[in-house]
Amino acid sequence: MDAYGEKVDAEGRVHLGAMRPGARCTVSRVGCEGCLAQRLGDLGLVPGEEVLVMRNAPLRDPIEIKVGGFLVSLRRCEASLVEVVAA
Amino acid sequence: MSGRILAALAGQPNCGKSTVFNMLTGARQHVANFPGVTVEKKSGHFRLAGRSAELVDLPGAYSISSYSPEERVTRDFLLFDHPRVVVNVVDASNLRRHLCLTVELLELEANVVVHLNMMDVAARRGQQLDAAVLSQRLGVPVSSGVGHKGQGRAGLMEVMARAVDEPAKDEPFRVDYGPLEPRIKAVADVLAEGGDLGVPRRWLALRLLEGDGEARRFTQEVFFDPVRLAAVVAGQQAAFRESAGESAAAFAALARRRLARTLAAAATLKSAGPEKTRTDAIDDFVCHKYFGPVILVAVLFVLYEISITFGEMLTEDYTRPLLEAVKSVVVGLLPPEGMLEDPILRSLGLWFVDSINELLGYVPVFFMLFFCVSFLEDSGYMPRMAFILDRLFRSYGLHGQSTMPMVLAGVYLGGCCVPGVMACKAIPDDKSRLATILIIPLMNCLAKAPLYLLLVGAFFPHNAAAAMFFISTVTLFMALPMARVLSSTLLAGLDNAPFIMEMPPYHMPTLGNMLTRSLGKVGFFIQKILTVVTAIAVIVFVLLQFPGISRDHKAAYQARLDAARENLDRTLAGSPFAPLLAGDNVLEFIRYKTAYQSAREAGEDAGAQAAADGRFQKENPGYFALVAPDAGTAAKAILAEADAFAQSRDAITGEMRRERLEASFLGILGRGLEPVTRFAGFNWRINASLLSAFAAKESAVATLGALYRLEAGDGQSLETALRQGETDFTSLNALALMLFMALYPPCVSTSMTIKVQTGQSRWMAVAILYPMALGLVVASAVFSGGRFLGVDGNTAMWGFYALAVAATLVAGFLPHRPRSVLPATPVCDSLQKA
Repeated sequence: MDAYGEKVDAEGRVHLGAMRPGARCTVSRVGCEGCLAQRLGDLGLVPGEEVLVMRNAPLRDPIEIKVGGFLVSLRRCEASLVEVVAA
Repeated sequence: MSGRILAALAGQPNCGKSTVFNMLTGARQHVANFPGVTVEKKSGHFRLAGRSAELVDLPGAYSISSYSPEERVTRDFLLFDHPRVVVNVVDASNLRRHLCLTVELLELEANVVVHLNMMDVAARRGQQLDAAVLSQRLGVPVSSGVGHKGQGRAGLMEVMARAVDEPAKDEPFRVDYGPLEPRIKAVADVLAEGGDLGVPRRWLALRLLEGDGEARRFTQEVFFDPVRLAAVVAGQQAAFRESAGESAAAFAALARRRLARTLAAAATLKSAGPEKTRTDAIDDFVCHKYFGPVILVAVLFVLYEISITFGEMLTEDYTRPLLEAVKSVVVGLLPPEGMLEDPILRSLGLWFVDSINELLGYVPVFFMLFFCVSFLEDSGYMPRMAFILDRLFRSYGLHGQSTMPMVLAGVYLGGCCVPGVMACKAIPDDKSRLATILIIPLMNCLAKAPLYLLLVGAFFPHNAAAAMFFISTVTLFMALPMARVLSSTLLAGLDNAPFIMEMPPYHMPTLGNMLTRSLGKVGFFIQKILTVVTAIAVIVFVLLQFPGISRDHKAAYQARLDAARENLDRTLAGSPFAPLLAGDNVLEFIRYKTAYQSAREAGEDAGAQAAADGRFQKENPGYFALVAPDAGTAAKAILAEADAFAQSRDAITGEMRRERLEASFLGILGRGLEPVTRFAGFNWRINASLLSAFAAKESAVATLGALYRLEAGDGQSLETALRQGETDFTSLNALALMLFMALYPPCVSTSMTIKVQTGQSRWMAVAILYPMALGLVVASAVFSGGRFLGVDGNTAMWGFYALAVAATLVAGFLPHRPRSVLPATPVCDSLQKA
């Protein structure tokens, strides 16, 4: 699992929690199981799905993203479990 | 087939399910809880093709896993209540996500009809859907409409009626799980040995492979050899993970989502353009770094102004006069007042009506509150509020969604804890929800205001505005550190749920929906008042009236009253007015005279006064001859005597009431508590009024009034009476009392609501006990500490304010746990361990 703050690894893989507003990316892997994976998947965060980072909350956390044409907000902590490939 | 048809409504959150529910059932709704959980169960009746049908609105669930109570309830209802038809409401503008649930419903082998809702939103986004293709691919009927405009009712009814009569399909809908299929078959074969288990076998096998806890428990109960089954499941899971490189659960979930995506693509003739939606444009402002918080404060301010200020105006202008009118009708039905003391039936009746009226008076405020909240909920603003404030509240163990409950309960001044606690339902995380529910009683509900106003008026008259600001805002600075303390002590064992929340598109709420919802909630509130609160009112009445005054003392009061009466009778002797004032008639005369005097005083000019004269002369010419401004000297003398009698009677009955109160159970209790409350500066009277406030906080002022005004006489305001009645009662005492009231335990209605919302009496007990302890500690610290330092109430007030703000800052910056690699929240911690 990537540490929060580490932006990009060798293959250009980053996690959603480190993306800046305006960034476009594709989900490559969801690094968790059970309840949290279910919730992320329920709201469209599944491998292959395109994500657009909309904005940060006024206090920088949580973030708002657009996935599958719809808006979802999640805390950076949860977002950091979603691995993405920047588009 | 005869009997009532059971139908269910299922759908993901934000699919407009409740509008479809309203469209089908109209106003005939019934709200209860599902057994054993605090999930709301809404049901209603309607006619389906000439037959009577019951529609159950299942809670919004993204899927039918067993991770949340909503999902479990939905799944259990579908499996074990066997609805004849399940209407799956789908947001037409977001088919891809909503069809995931449809696929799961079909796997449960429920008799599903799909209803495409919000067709207008899809159309606005330029989407075109082909319902026929969707129907053919899913193998179930599909209807469409716009729920909030009531469009599509006939079509939906038709497909429902058709589905009810249709026999079960031979070929149930199947998801092709590819490499997982042989594993499913292996588990299903073992299950087949157990015969019919009452649930679809393939579905159960799949759930077991996915490691679903509820499914495992179910088989342990109904399957004859659960040990072997568990071994087979574990073996198949391991083998699948070995070959596929991922868990069966992740694979199956992805397979369903891929299928939903394919289905959505097939049914979509024209998809939405990539252009920026209206919602995005609004969010640019509403969630903006700087505008966002400003808009939020403005929204809360408007909400407060509309519901509290405007609602209060309605209360004063319409509700109170109406309730007064009702009261006078009731009073007319009660036995007449007695010369020395009222018959018990009368005093109980009056007490009863006053107690209920006091609370019913707030109905307009509640209605406005609920109405505004419905607007915010339906418009889609609530999740934005949570988005903006989540970071701040998280530091205290609360949640972004804690904002609304706190506002409703009175984050400034004026609110009500009942709707506040009810609104906590929206918080998806157990720990934060409980923490919010537990600090809600510390907010400033409207009922605390009368005591604040009284004390501020009496003891801080020169800086009343500052004192009101102090008490209105200091509560937040006590509640936030308290939330932090609670979540790291009592609530430490509970799990935090992840914060992942859909931000639904904005849309204009409809008046009908808002009215239905807010009226429903007001109805719930009134029902509560009429049951619980009245019962408590009677108990408090008993505590106030008994054991009563001894016979000797009563005789002494009677003798004094008789003596006063003799004086009056002597003057009356031989006068033509004697029969008018004989016996109990004198009470009627006193009432008449008081009414006449206030009518004259109210009359602004001579004309109005003459009109009052005419009215009263017509009502009772005999009495009028006594009170008329042009009455003769004999009449004037008798009037003076009657006045004197009225005054002595007031004094005697007042003294008697006071003695009764002192000797009452409540009075005894108040005295008994003096050794403890001495440190907070409360005497027995304050104790008695605080005790009576448990039923409803307004009672505190009512009881204080009863205690002090009696001695002071009617002419003085309670503020003056309070200042004069207690020579050693200083502004420091008043400050301690105000703080105690701010931290007062929740009233009976709130306590009941807490029990309902948490589903456990335990939390209700906590919510009652900890504020009491905290209140006593704070009040004692302020009073005794202030006395020790020799400061007055004003200095102590701002000193305490500084301390509370400091505590809040410290609590906010304190880390929750030792920092880990990831930003520390319990979810991430538990994940790392796993």
